[in-house]
Formats: sequence, structure tokens, C-alpha cells
Amino acid sequence: MTAVVATSNAVLDELREKIASLEGAGSRKRSVLPFGVPELDAQLPGGGLAFGALHEVAGGGNGAVDGAAAALFIGGIAARTTGKVVWCLTRFDLFFPALAQVGLHPDRVIFVECDKEETVLASFEEALRYGGLGAVVAELVRLPMTASRRLQLAAEKSGTLGLVIRRWRRQTEASDFGMPTAAASRWRISVLPSEPLPVQGVGRARWLAELMRVRAGEGGEFIIGACDGQGRIRLSSDTADRPDQTDRSFAVS
Amino acid sequence: MARVVSVFLPTLPTDRIRRTDPSLSPDTPLVVIARSGSKRWIAAADRAALELGLRIGMPAAKAQALVQGLVMIDADPAADLAVLERLTLWALSQYSPVVAMDPPDGIIMDTEGADHLQGGEELMLSGLVNRLRGRGLAARAAIAETWGAAHAIARTTSRETVIVPRGETARAVNRLPLSSLRLPAETVASLRTLGFATVGDLAAIPRAPLTLRFGPEVGRRLDQMFGRVAEPIDPIRPVDLVEVQKSFAEPIGAPETIEKYVSRLVRQLCLELVKRGLGVRRADLIVHRVDNTIQALRAGTAKPVRDIAWLTKLFRDRIERIEPGFGIEKLSLAAIIAEPLIEAQSASSLIEEQVTDVTPLIDVLGNRGGQRSFRVAPVASDVPERSVQRIAPTAAEDGATWPLNWPRPPRLLARPEPIEVIALLPDHPPVSFTWRGKRRRVKRADGPERIFGEWWKRSSEWVAVRDYFVVEDDVGERFWIFRAGDGVDAETGSHKWFLHGMFA
Repeated sequence: MTAVVATSNAVLDELREKIASLEGAGSRKRSVLPFGVPELDAQLPGGGLAFGALHEVAGGGNGAVDGAAAALFIGGIAARTTGKVVWCLTRFDLFFPALAQVGLHPDRVIFVECDKEETVLASFEEALRYGGLGAVVAELVRLPMTASRRLQLAAEKSGTLGLVIRRWRRQTEASDFGMPTAAASRWRISVLPSEPLPVQGVGRARWLAELMRVRAGEGGEFIIGACDGQGRIRLSSDTADRPDQTDRSFAVS
Repeated sequence: MARVVSVFLPTLPTDRIRRTDPSLSPDTPLVVIARSGSKRWIAAADRAALELGLRIGMPAAKAQALVQGLVMIDADPAADLAVLERLTLWALSQYSPVVAMDPPDGIIMDTEGADHLQGGEELMLSGLVNRLRGRGLAARAAIAETWGAAHAIARTTSRETVIVPRGETARAVNRLPLSSLRLPAETVASLRTLGFATVGDLAAIPRAPLTLRFGPEVGRRLDQMFGRVAEPIDPIRPVDLVEVQKSFAEPIGAPETIEKYVSRLVRQLCLELVKRGLGVRRADLIVHRVDNTIQALRAGTAKPVRDIAWLTKLFRDRIERIEPGFGIEKLSLAAIIAEPLIEAQSASSLIEEQVTDVTPLIDVLGNRGGQRSFRVAPVASDVPERSVQRIAPTAAEDGATWPLNWPRPPRLLARPEPIEVIALLPDHPPVSFTWRGKRRRVKRADGPERIFGEWWKRSSEWVAVRDYFVVEDDVGERFWIFRAGDGVDAETGSHKWFLHGMFA
């Protein structure tokens, strides 16, 4: 199946190049931030997370409320960009040492703590519009279609990477994630039992990364090892010597 | 309605003398003596003197007889006024675009639309009082909707700061004594003779007989206090202020027109600044309306600025907040704080990657209400909740970060939540735990990571210990839990378990 995807992407790439040449050399050049994981990057048009676009990430299961995995996933992405990062939120429960552990330096991040969700949207848009930033992150409960379109346009205009962490106050509110938005990609990161160690203890954290929607591409599901010290993820080796994985209830493609 | 801050400096004359003469001990009673012909009386007394029973207005000879070792200094109203003026100019640069002296012992300012730069009204007032105290000045401050109310409350309360919420002015002033109405002493005395004791008493009766008996002053002061008559504050202006203004023959009101003139004023101001080699740190836009009221917008920047687009943006975002009323007759733009600005070449090399300066963005975000921007920086503390501090977004980047040897959760609960566990003491992780009503079996665990209390901060942490564990349940959710105490010695903690954070 991967092979089929790869060829179709090659065809698509060719078409895109043709369109780009028709649009003229001065047309906007969209660059991407690859994950460095070939299987994952292949699912994304251009081979990575598009700059100048909005990307939504939510936690799965209980993580929908605390958004811990989503925050760390985003932290890893932001760590691999260059320049300042603006992080807008309403409740500051982020523990920065954890983000430092995925390679995001505290000097790079400017937090904007807002009283209301609307203020988060306004600051997020302001920062996206500003340009020259590595990434702009917002923690949002709701992301209405109109707001997301505005944000997407702001991101496109300045070429800034816009990252939205969707987290809810209650588990039941997570169904809001089904509503359409203008984001270029939508992810759900759920925790999985950690990678087994030969000794007692908790191994490298493992996530189920579901690419639920991506513009001009197909979704997919990946079992990934959590971000390392440089914010890089990797595909978790799905080999047989893991007896603890047999009772796993997740369906993985 | 405006938000008016009245600052009352009850012992300004004596505080001034103490500041200039540090040899005076704070315990020595000190009074200031005023004289008129052969009469000498106490014009001001410090706290120590007041505690000894001396009162303002008491004859000097009597005071001298009552208190031994009383320091008496001649009054110098001009010097007091000079100090007050200096303080007012300082308040202008720090707190609000509209500040005026309220002699002999007060400062009045309108902080509508300016308190957010200080973190809100409460922080602004307490900060103001604390900073004045740091300069050796006793002060009390009140904020209300009118000059009259704030003035009265600051002078009658014993609390250092009072905030009267919007719409509660009448309730707050009804029980204040008549003397707080800023009326001549004779009027107050005769009103008392007539049986009036509080502002509420006076406000409740028909106005006509009062006006017949005492003239229009009583009614005017009442109306000013309740906000029925505007009492504009005529802002003080330093001599060397960089200010540009535009008067309109025909009052303007449309937002687009205001915006047009604001950007023109910004351009003019920048030209003025170029001439003097200055950049603006704090700029005030003062809107004079035809009904003789003033509205002000203040914008602060993180570093000296002379950029027209940047400054215009800071004001443009908030032009919608201007209420033109019946029209605006004058706009004035002043650089309240200006600092030398040296133009520097931004990129020194073509090869170097250009680093975007985010200060303009921080300014835009910081000048909007309802949000705070900051960075975080490490603190040398093992206790997780103390290991992070907030610093200014423009603070110098020192490259410091946390030690990365132990895993840390991306989400930390504001306060650790108690959990019920089944665990073997002393250093085994729990077998299972119950958090928020859900029981979880622990599949894997790491720990303990022992964190000791910081006895140099609190003596109760002398022997305190926390043992942190990373635990993972059946489905792979990872948590950060700890046991208060080392599991052996009861003195080190309660041996209760808590959940402190969520791992990804």
C-alpha cells in the first residue's frame, strides 16, 4: 500500500510542479517542515507539515482534557523550527521543563496568557500575521469555521506555522473535534503503553498518531515513539518481541 | 464613566523633612509649625506626634509643653508643593496620561484605559502605595468613578487601597462624613448644626432650601461626587514634553477620521523625536471632547521606538474604544517617556540568518487588555512548582534551562491532588491508585526520585521529603505521583500520596 501511495504522490508532485510553473516563478513557495519519518512524511503533501498553514492537534481518550501528549507533540514540532515561538493560552498548566526536554528552549517561547478564549484567537491571529516567527501555538477549546478560516489566511499570508492544541474542559466536549475547520491537517495523539525495556521501568513514551485529515492528502495512523531531546519522533518498531502488545485494543492500519 | 484614582499623602510635610534630613529618627515626634502674626500652630504632624496626642491646629506652645523632645520645624508650603509636583510628574510617567496635583496633599489621576499596563486596578493601587512608601511617603489611594468620591474615600478610610466597583459610587459615599465633600469649614460646621451628619443625609433632602441657605457650592460638590456633573482633570504637563496636537474647527467623531488624524499625529511626533534623537517608551493620546471631558489612551513599548507604522498600530487597535460623544475638538499625542534612540544596522552580515525582532508584536499584545505576555525561566529549585518563574517577554536571553536528567510531565496540576494507593513502603511504587474516582493498575513505574524540602525557604520544610514516581497504567497513561515523606520516618511527611502531573 505504501508503494501505491508513493507513486501517486510522485504523480501529484509532477502535477503540482506543472501548476506551479503555470502560476509563474514568483508565486508563493510553500515550504514544509518534515518529520524526518519517511512513512509519515509521505502522507503529507510536500513531504512535511506545511508552513503558512494551520494544523490542529488534539489528545485522544483522557488526553483530550489535559492535552499532555498533544502539547508535547506540538512542543517537538516547534523545537525543530527556528525563530521565536508565541504560545497563547487561557490556563497556564504547562510545565516548561518537559518542553525543554524535547528541545524547546525557554528563551524562544513567549507566552500570552489570556482571560478569554476570544482573546486567545485575537492574539493568535495577531502573532500569525506578524511573520518571521518559528511557530505560533494556541490552546483552544472551540475553533469555529470562520475563525479557523481567518487564522488560516493569516498564516498563509505570513508563511508562519500555526499550531492549535484542541483541549476540552470535559471529556464529552471532545466530540466538537468532528466539526470541520479550515486547518490544513488534523491530528489526534493518544498515549500507548511505553516501549518495553529489558528491565523494570517506563520506557520511551509511545503515541498513536492519527492523521485524521490532511488537505490534498490521505490520512493515516502511526505508532510513534515520543519526541526525543531534539523534538524528533520516530516510527516505533513494531516487532514481534513484545508480548505486552498482544492485548492492545487499538486497531492499527 | 472614568476611573479616578485619588492619592492622599497624609503626612507629606513631615515625610519631606525626614527625607531631606536622615538624622531624624523615625521615633522622634515631628511637627510642622505654621505662623500668622504672633499665632503659631501645628500645621502637620507625623505619626509619632499624633500618637502622643498632638493634633493639627493645636497651638505650638501647648504642643511644646505636652511633649518633651518635640522637633518643631517651620512650615514651608512652597517646598511641599514642589515635592507634590515632582510626585505628580512621576505618576504621569508611570500610571496614567491624565494626572494632576490635588493640593495640598494629594494627586488625582484618571486611569481609565491605562491600568492594564500595571496589571489591573488592584495591582496598580497596591504598587503605587508601596512605591511611595519605598520613598518614605505614607500614602493612601482610592479608585472610584468620580474625583469627589475617590478624594473623599482616600481621606476617610484607614485602609491603604480602596477600589469602588463601577456603579457603586452612591453606596460607597453615602455614609461618609460631611467634611469629605470639599466644602469650606464654615459651611460644614453650619450644616452639622442643622443636624446633617453624612453625605447621604444631605443627598436625600431637596436641593432648593440648601442652595438658598448656602449657595450653589453644596449642590455642586454633591453632584460632582455622584458623577452628575463632570469634573475634568486638567492634566499636568512637564516643560520639556514632546507633544504634538491638532485642534479641529469642526468636531470630528467618525472612527476613520480619528484614525487618519492619529496617524498624522504619530508622523509629526516621530519627526519631533528624530530632531531630538529620542525614541518613545510610553505615548499618550489625549482626546479632548466638546463637552469638556478628556479621554486618554496610553501605549507602552518595550524599547525606545520611532517607527511610524509600529506606533500607529499600537493606537489603531484601540481607536474603537474612543467614545467621541458630541465630537472631538482636539487630539494631542505626547511622548511621556522618551529615551535616547540610536539607529543601528539590523543585519551585520549577509550570511547570518536574520533574526526577527519580536518587540513590536510583544507591544501590540501587551497593550491589549485582558492578557499578559511573559517568558519562563528556570529557578534553581528542585521543588517542581518553584522551578519555573515568569520573566518579562523582553528580558535578556541567558540560555539557561532546566537540568534534563529526570523526565518531567508537560502538564502540572496547580496543586497536587490526593490519590488513594496500595503500595509497599518504603520505596516501592504503588500497585494501583485511584484518582478522580477512577482506579488504575500500575503496569510500569520509575522512581523514586527524592526531592527534599527547602529549609532555607520555610522552616516547616526542614526535613520534608517527596518521593516522585513515574507510573504507567494498563492503557499507557503516564502520571507523575509522589508520596509526601520518605516512607519510614513520619516526621518527613504525612505519607499520603498525591498526583502532580500528566505525562504524554
